[in-house]
Parts: sequence; C-alpha cells; structure tokens
Amino acid sequence: MNPESPQRDLFQYALRLGDNALINGQRLSEWCGHGPLLEEDLALANIALDLIGRARLLLSYAGEVEGAGRAEDDLAYFRNEREFRNFLIMELPRGDFAFTMARQFFIDAYDCFFYQALRDSADSTLAAIAAKTLKECQYHLRHSSEWMLRLGDGTAESRERLSRAVVELMPFTFELFAEDDIDRRMGEQGVGVDLQAVAAAWNDKVDAVLAAAAMERPAPAFTRTGGRQGLHSEHLGYLLAEMQCVQRAWPGLQW
Amino acid sequence: MRATGLARPAVVAGGGVGPASTKTATARLPRAGGAGGAEFLATLRAALEQVTDPEIPVLTIADLGVLREVSQQGERVQVVITPTYSGCPAMEAIAQDIKEVLRRHGCAGAEVKTRLFPPWTTDWLSAAGKEKLRRYGIAPPLGPAAAGEAVAAPRCPRCDSDNAERVSEFGSTPCKALYRCGDCREPFDYFKCL
Repeated sequence: MNPESPQRDLFQYALRLGDNALINGQRLSEWCGHGPLLEEDLALANIALDLIGRARLLLSYAGEVEGAGRAEDDLAYFRNEREFRNFLIMELPRGDFAFTMARQFFIDAYDCFFYQALRDSADSTLAAIAAKTLKECQYHLRHSSEWMLRLGDGTAESRERLSRAVVELMPFTFELFAEDDIDRRMGEQGVGVDLQAVAAAWNDKVDAVLAAAAMERPAPAFTRTGGRQGLHSEHLGYLLAEMQCVQRAWPGLQW
Repeated sequence: MRATGLARPAVVAGGGVGPASTKTATARLPRAGGAGGAEFLATLRAALEQVTDPEIPVLTIADLGVLREVSQQGERVQVVITPTYSGCPAMEAIAQDIKEVLRRHGCAGAEVKTRLFPPWTTDWLSAAGKEKLRRYGIAPPLGPAAAGEAVAAPRCPRCDSDNAERVSEFGSTPCKALYRCGDCREPFDYFKCL
C-alpha cells in the first residue's frame, strides 16, 4: 500500500481504535478477582470484556483493510511496543481504585462522544461498529461518573486519592484530541471524526462531573503524547509481555 | 415463525441448494428450484431456532433475536446472526452450535455471517422469550431500550413485588444487572435494556 493511500489511512485509523480498546481492556482486566467489592469486581470485568470485544471487531476490520492476511490475533499478539498505536493514557499502570476510575471516566466520556460521531462515518463498517459500541460506552460512562461522585464526595481519603489521580491523568488527555494527518485526511473523506467537536463535548462533561464531585479541574503545565506514533511509556512492554506470552511461546495455539 | 417479529422469514433466492462440502450433504439436499428448496430452508430454520444461549439455556437464539436470516443464494446457504454484547463469550458457543446444526443438515459449507448493523437490542426479545426469562428467575427487560436505563424497578421474578432495589448495574453476564427484592429479600438478575 502507498503510505498515504486511503486504504493505508483507514487501516491505521481502525488499528488505533482497536489498540485503544485492547490496551484499556487488558489493563482493566487486571482487577478481575481484586475488585474492592464483589459487585465492582463484576462490573470491571464486564467492562473489560466489552472493550476486548470492541478491540476484536476493530482489529479484525483493520486486518481486512490491510489485506496482508493478518487476523485480529496476529495484530494483538504479534506486534511489538513500537507498532502499537494506542493513546498513552491506556497503558498507564492501573494504580489504585481511584486512579482506575478516573482514567475510565476520562476515556468513557471520550468514547461516548467519539463513537456517537463515528456512527455517521462514510465507512459503513466503522459506522456499524460505532453504533454497537456506543450503547456499551453509555453504561460505562454512567458507571465511572457515579464513582467520580462517590469518591470525590466521599471520605477525606477517597477525595484525596481521586484528586491525585485527576492531576496525574490530566496531562495525558491532550493526546486524545491531537489531530494528525491521518485524522485530517479521514475527516475530509467523511470517514473520521472531527476531534475538535469531541473535545468541546468532552470538556463540558468533565467540567460538569468534576463540579458535581466538588473537585477542581487542574490545569496541567505539560502534556504527554506519542502513543499514536508508537512512542510509548515503559509500561506498555510489560503489559504486552503478559498479554502475548502464551501466543509467543506457542504461536497459533487455540483454546 | 415465532412471535419474535425480529427474525425475517427464510429467504429463498435463486435455485435450490447445491452440493455442500460432503457427500451426505448432496444426498440430503433437495433438487434445485421449486418448493423443495423452501421446505428444506424451513426445516433448517426450525432447527436453527432451537439453538440456545449457553448462559441462559431457556432462551433460543430466535427468542433473543440473534438469528436474523436463513437464506439461500443459488447453491449457497447463509445464516446471519447479530451479536448481543461485543465481548459476550456466549456468541462463540452459539456460532459453534449453529455450525453443528448446519453440519447435521448437510450444509457444512454454509456461511455463518455476523451482521453488526442495526445493533442488537433487547427490543428484539420475543414476548415468549421474556416470559421464559421470568419463569427462569430473571426479570425481563422493561423496554423500550431507547428510554435508557430502566426508569421503574423491575418486578421480582419470585414474588412479583415491585419493591426492588438495584444492587449493581453489572451482573454475572454482560446482559444482566443485579437487584434485590425488598419484600421476599431474595436477590435476582434483571436482563437489562440495551
């Protein structure tokens, strides 16, 4: 494929979305069996499952568009850190429960507005995946928003932990809206989403929920980007090692 | 056709069913054209409608609205399904069971296609399916899904009380939420709207 061909762009576009869902789902699944209470353990595992399901749809499609014979499993298990295109926020270690919930809240809000817009994509497969995904994003957001209120307006300790998480995470949210050439070309073709519109809706939602949780919105002095260029933090390699080790040891193994 | 209102009737397009991948298939399949093809599809469809959800075995894929189409294009038999939740592991088992039914009917070569759009919704659950759920101990969804989260609490499937409270929006499978009845004090699953 020509590096700037529409097919190449579409492959990258689907791959990025698939990688975001995959890495977020893998991180969240670390809570399985360790949730602070049984109901929450089930909730986090269910949400992780939705994310892995979404990743499967998107990576399968990316492989189809690429046309090089790579299936979802090839893309998930046989790429190295530099080939992953997820946002950095997805790969950060799970931290404590407040960190996990604050990250989910930022991501769930983003996903709701992003996939809502992607439903109108000129690419019918992306539009169909978006319509399916949006329904799930909406109850994910309901869940994480409720926890933002509960933790922010809870005890002194929950508030302190949530506030620390929000400060730590905010610099990573800029990357969610940083448009590059692929976004612009996909947008011009009516395939991709206008990230500025997503940013406006996201900012309103974040402001509203933080205000309801009586939390300040921090103004970060720096931003962190690079995930979509394959420039990841040191954390991704460890995550991939755990996620990929079985397929790397026994390639092609099936359950 | 069941009272689902969701699965479309079998579509018979073109001629009859041609040879599938096995000899048995060729022998069992009707000759091209005419009522034979439609009859065969109806039989196949009826068998496919018996495939159940491994997590909620009282529900068939017809009750759920997962089975969308059983059709025939020339020599090819095609089955179309729409998945419930993106990551629901039951879908894998359902796809396997569908393939097994196809194999038994001599259509091992048939295509099982996944259709994502329109996305699956609990509005597709048949009235019979909802009643089966209730008798099984799972409160059926209070539609329509477009209304979002249930405004009213579901009735307890054991004592029919409307005095239930939500414990968690998530349960033992992606499709269920956990409730507790304030009268009989029993916990119960609610098949939530999607």
